[in-house]
Amino acid sequence: MTANGGGPVILVENLCLELTSGEPVVQDVSFAVNAGEILGLVGESGSGKTTTALALLGYTRPGVSLRGGSVEVGGEAIMGVGARAVRSLRGRVVSYVPQDPGGALNPSLRVGEAIMDVLRAHRSESASQDSVHTALERVELAGDPRFGRRYPHQLSGGQQQRVTIAMACVCGPPVAVLDEPTTGLDVLTQDRILTELTRLRSEEGMAMVYVSHDLAVVARMADRIVVMYAGRVVEHGPVDEVIGRPRHPYTRALVGAIPDVRRPRALQGIPGVAVGVGEWPPGCAFAPRCGFSDDRCTADVPPLEEAVPGHAVRCVRWNELELSEAGPQGARAAMPAGDGTPLLEVDGLEVEYRTGRTRNTAVRGVSFAIEAGRCVALVGESGSGKTTIGRCVAGLHAPTAGRILFDGHELAGSARARALHQRRRIQIVFQNPFESLNPRHRVGASIERPLRVLRRLSRADAEREVGMLLERVRLPARVANRFPVELSGGERQRVAIARALAAQPDLLICDEVTSALDVSVQAAVLELLAELQRDLRLSMLFITHNLGVVACISDSVLVMDRGSLCEAGAVGDVLSTPSDDYTRRLLGAAPSLPDRAVG
Amino acid sequence: MRSLFRFLRIRSGAVGLAIVLLVVAVAFFGRYIAPHDPNAPVGVPLAGPSSTAHLGTDFLGRDVLSRLLYGGRSVIGLALAATVLAYALGLAIGLIAGYSRSKIDPILMRTIDVMLAFPPLLFLLVLITGAGTGVGILIIGVAAIQAPSISRIVRTATLEVSVRGYVEAAVARGERAFAVVVREVLPNILAPVLVDAGLRFTYSILIIASVNYLGLGLQPPASDWALMISENREYISLNIWAVLAPAAMIALLTIGVNLMGDAIARSLGRSYVPRTTRSVPA
Repeated sequence: MTANGGGPVILVENLCLELTSGEPVVQDVSFAVNAGEILGLVGESGSGKTTTALALLGYTRPGVSLRGGSVEVGGEAIMGVGARAVRSLRGRVVSYVPQDPGGALNPSLRVGEAIMDVLRAHRSESASQDSVHTALERVELAGDPRFGRRYPHQLSGGQQQRVTIAMACVCGPPVAVLDEPTTGLDVLTQDRILTELTRLRSEEGMAMVYVSHDLAVVARMADRIVVMYAGRVVEHGPVDEVIGRPRHPYTRALVGAIPDVRRPRALQGIPGVAVGVGEWPPGCAFAPRCGFSDDRCTADVPPLEEAVPGHAVRCVRWNELELSEAGPQGARAAMPAGDGTPLLEVDGLEVEYRTGRTRNTAVRGVSFAIEAGRCVALVGESGSGKTTIGRCVAGLHAPTAGRILFDGHELAGSARARALHQRRRIQIVFQNPFESLNPRHRVGASIERPLRVLRRLSRADAEREVGMLLERVRLPARVANRFPVELSGGERQRVAIARALAAQPDLLICDEVTSALDVSVQAAVLELLAELQRDLRLSMLFITHNLGVVACISDSVLVMDRGSLCEAGAVGDVLSTPSDDYTRRLLGAAPSLPDRAVG
Repeated sequence: MRSLFRFLRIRSGAVGLAIVLLVVAVAFFGRYIAPHDPNAPVGVPLAGPSSTAHLGTDFLGRDVLSRLLYGGRSVIGLALAATVLAYALGLAIGLIAGYSRSKIDPILMRTIDVMLAFPPLLFLLVLITGAGTGVGILIIGVAAIQAPSISRIVRTATLEVSVRGYVEAAVARGERAFAVVVREVLPNILAPVLVDAGLRFTYSILIIASVNYLGLGLQPPASDWALMISENREYISLNIWAVLAPAAMIALLTIGVNLMGDAIARSLGRSYVPRTTRSVPA
């Protein structure tokens, strides 16, 4: 795999970064990457992985500064040297592929011009239309000779990301830093981008640092993995070792939190929340969330010890913990069987969006039913119409044609026109936890509202019930007095679930509820939803693009492609023996852990 | 409400509040310490500062200091009333247009566009010519000039907020449109809408002052800062204080209000910053 043995092209030694207030952000991080090698940098939000990755470009965010250590890229120091030196290295020696290509590309610059800019900065002699064409060819965008004349807004998300990759590669730098390059893209696009990157690595011998919170993607791409927690490296080793025999309790927990389409099983979230900068406890930062911690863990920061050659771990107890404890055990608990009566029936649903005179059909002739107490997953790429169906059921969008029956009665198109008990019994939880709670209302007030409006409780009763609901979603009662800004994404999503539960619903619509969350938080939220479904006999319509999540939570699955239902069936059947071609492609593209990861 | 006073922690906000309080105190309580009757001549016209008239006399021999202490209430009162009315109108129109998602939106917005096409002063002059001079007409006229641009900002902010999850959750609960707008939308658009409240208040003062200056608003012998400037501007070389003092008061008020407005907008804005984009490195 390595293209040559000429020593590391990235050398990070004892890197320490701190805030202006003196709080450490990254502590004592060291690693090396050889030419043609891909290093995966993994961790939850706040672990310092992005800060470390940006340091490879000689960049620190405002308020962050270098305290110690060194970063060498392609044999040259890039941290702590002058701005001019850094500028000449970026793009030529090390390049960057950002997380959000839509925000990273200049909207007023044609993509060909954007690529040309990079060339002019470093290789003015080769700055020509031909080199731009070659660059686009390398990311398979040269099919249309006029592609370079397009603006970023005329491209899809996947195409935009290819353009940023083309920009990163055009000067042939030996090193590329990729910051969650496929987060926000759907599985099929992600699959194409990952294939593209693998090809670039093998053809050009580029070394890559791949930053992600998704271990399944990293497992597919990387040769070696560095796991970070609270600004430190907690585990570092070859991908098979780290994923297959994780030594650090945190890595084990991360592996256990990944929903896997090939192996449906009960997920285990990591208890507690990731510690923020400045809140790091003394000793091992993971100790408060760790099931194996003892006195030694809180005394001192454990050293990074080599467990087997090339596989280092920062845990005082790595030697005592059984390897077999790696990975979660057992299949998913069986869901209670439905009693056969459909709670929700969707019959011949058609939805059109009208913009001006043009009509776009978002949903065409979709019919399905959800039995009481069952969880049905609605899967598809972005733009397949799955969210529109959820919105129709919730009464947020009126269907153009077709009927929606709830408990045998037809539902009106808009929520206002529905009976109070119908509105109460159908609740929805939205995708983006940062937008689903009113930032001006305290958490308690947000949860109280459905109690007052839909269940007509008195203020005193409602206040009492808020505490119980928060407990139900495993949040402390004092959260009721907080504003949403003071909560993390996972906590906000729990509040949004509590708000939905406040109505005592029979049907819960979950619209991509975990797609904005870290894997460990996602696992905890899914665990909660599964438990609620079991205890409260909730029916769920679970909308997602993640097949791994589907395998973990749902009983049956509906696959959507461009507005129509292309496959439906029990989750086991559809995922193991898909009959439709589109489903097969989705399944093939879904990232999965290597087999040895389990058990 | 607690969050509304957070702006005091920003230094410029506290300074702005102090200036505004000072000017308002002068405008509303100055009359009780005025040494003379504002309308009675106390000496030779356009005399410089002396021990009887600390800021000299105006073109009719009246005491400038006394007129200054009396003349703030009408400026501040009229401008405040006009600005508040303009916001009431602008918020109502903008919220209805932005939230309705129906044919009301284009109808309202095109009407607003027509309103915006009128030159403001011309509009006011035509209104006064048609409806006669009077404090009420003046307030309505200035509010009508300001409301269209406010409503455009409100509409844009409303469009953005009304697709958020918390608004949709309220809609799915079947809450009445009024309740949704007041509880969920309004609190979240106030910051962007109020950012330029200070500027609009200033603009109201200037328009009212211009109309007074043209002799179409308040009539002499009323003591009013704007009127004082217009009455004495020809004699600026004889007693500069008769123009400078009222102009300085208007300027101070403008600066104070704007400092405060910016600070309020900034402190409100803080709770808007989503956790992901706060300056703490991830």
